[in-house]
Amino acid sequence: MNKPLDPAATVTRSEVEDFLYQEADLLDSWRLDDWLGLLTDDASYYVPPNDKPDADHRFTLFTIADDIVRLRERVIRLKDPNCHAEYPPSRTRRLITNVRITGVDGDTISVAANFSVFRYRRNEPVPRQFVGRYRYKLKRTDAGLKIAERRAILDAEELGPLGAVSFLL
Amino acid sequence: MLDRRSENGRANGRMVVEDLENMTFSVHRKVFVSPEILEDEHRAIFDKCWIYVGHASEIRNPGDFRTRLVAGRPIIFCRDRQGQVRALINSCRHRGAIVCREREGNTRQFFCIYHGWAYNTDGSIKNIPGDEAYPPGYDKQGKGLVAVPRLEHYKDFYFANFDRDAVDLHTYLAGAKEYIDLVVDQSPSGRMEIISGTQEYDIKANWKLLVENSVDDYHLVTTHSTWLNYMRNSGVNVTPAKGHLLPTKGFGKDLGNGHLTTDNPNYRGRPVARWISVYGEEAKADIDAIRRELVARLGEARAARVADTNRNLCIFPNLVINDGSSVTVRFFYPLAPDLMRVTAWALGPVEETEAQRARRLHAFLTFYGPGGFATPDDVAALELVQQGLAAWRESPWTDLSRGMGKSQEQLATDEGHLRVFWRKWSELVEARP
Repeated sequence: MNKPLDPAATVTRSEVEDFLYQEADLLDSWRLDDWLGLLTDDASYYVPPNDKPDADHRFTLFTIADDIVRLRERVIRLKDPNCHAEYPPSRTRRLITNVRITGVDGDTISVAANFSVFRYRRNEPVPRQFVGRYRYKLKRTDAGLKIAERRAILDAEELGPLGAVSFLL
Repeated sequence: MLDRRSENGRANGRMVVEDLENMTFSVHRKVFVSPEILEDEHRAIFDKCWIYVGHASEIRNPGDFRTRLVAGRPIIFCRDRQGQVRALINSCRHRGAIVCREREGNTRQFFCIYHGWAYNTDGSIKNIPGDEAYPPGYDKQGKGLVAVPRLEHYKDFYFANFDRDAVDLHTYLAGAKEYIDLVVDQSPSGRMEIISGTQEYDIKANWKLLVENSVDDYHLVTTHSTWLNYMRNSGVNVTPAKGHLLPTKGFGKDLGNGHLTTDNPNYRGRPVARWISVYGEEAKADIDAIRRELVARLGEARAARVADTNRNLCIFPNLVINDGSSVTVRFFYPLAPDLMRVTAWALGPVEETEAQRARRLHAFLTFYGPGGFATPDDVAALELVQQGLAAWRESPWTDLSRGMGKSQEQLATDEGHLRVFWRKWSELVEARP
């Protein structure tokens, strides 16, 4: 008999925090194949446009709206030395705070967090600082937590001096 | 013969040098770095040419407005309450403050928070608090917001001109109109719309480099090899045609008045209406239906022209409409000699279904924009160019000679269409008295 799991008993904020910190470490160290391993087989990744942060990617032009197929292609691209926007790869450092579990629905856990991502490039004396909020949908699986949806919402009114979002934000 | 080794590395003092004897075309790199030349461009180009303001679909209803910079000026692009489209200088007639601070919205008035002057949506003055303090005969009615000197449109694309004496927009657009038509014909009713969501980003490079880059097909194979890989991995045939750099043989064209375009047989898919595997099998029938509507409305030949060619259109000086993997409208403006701000949108037929719109937006992001698979590499290329141009004194000439000496067609991988821009630039900036 399938009795719904008691969510409070199955996931804690510290578990979620550990998971996000592990993900941040993989991204900052460009271990992108390992990062793909954190995703579900139907995962999606969104960066909404700065002027419509809460919009739906089916009706609004996003900065990034990847399904899993394109996300895997994005990783292939990012690992290629001919990905000129990221060669040599940016040095990034992401600080993640204010982590909260905002909802649990069956095996899906909604998570909110704030981020500050510093991106350093050669020949750029000043880092480009990406500040905003993450919205995750995590799945509890037999292999631990997996990312089903990942949304990075920037606070800047426009990308402006941030330029391109060529790395995984 | 022009003296290429004269003083200061300049040939006869000119920045754009077309050497018909040796069949070379060179541009002096000072034009990408000099604050004085940027100032000349502001006066000779941006104050004289028709500059893109916005699309009618952005301000559909009376009272709708958008604010943006047009040729460096803060502008309110709005539809007044009587339904007329306006472009008003966003600056209070009293002391100059911005009177409309939101990016977009709908309003009954524009209001200055400094002293409370208020304006109607047609720009006329609505209220001046305490106006009894002004002397008798004070021209209160004459204190409306200043309109741009000229505002005209072609098929809902609105342009401003800060020169009252400029030729009319339709004359100015010359052969570019035909290429706008090819975009607009994608809509059964001839109505295209700017889709919600704005991409605004800076490139640390001179603005003219983006004009070149937007229509330069020579760079595609090297700069965008990862995008080509993505297409190949997705089952799209991107093998170069025999004897060519690209999968299809396309052309670069001079449209008059400094406007130019590429005109390429499509290989990379088009939401209207050429299926590629990236869209998924389930999209095939729908793309076929779009195609049938085109043929029924326009005939086979015109439908093929609309659906089977990709065109990167540059309207002098700073508007680019790329009708390729999707349609993008983008304009850009120099903030400094080595810095530009780019604003870009997606454009689509108003009739599109939800599925068609979603497919168009997905196709857009395969290539275009600051998170796309190609645009960030263009940004990288232009920023590398600008970094290299710091040595303009030692390495003073940029080369644009590809295709020189050909008597007829210029390929999209030649530079004949880029030279069209530079000749117009030279005519306006260098030929001034």
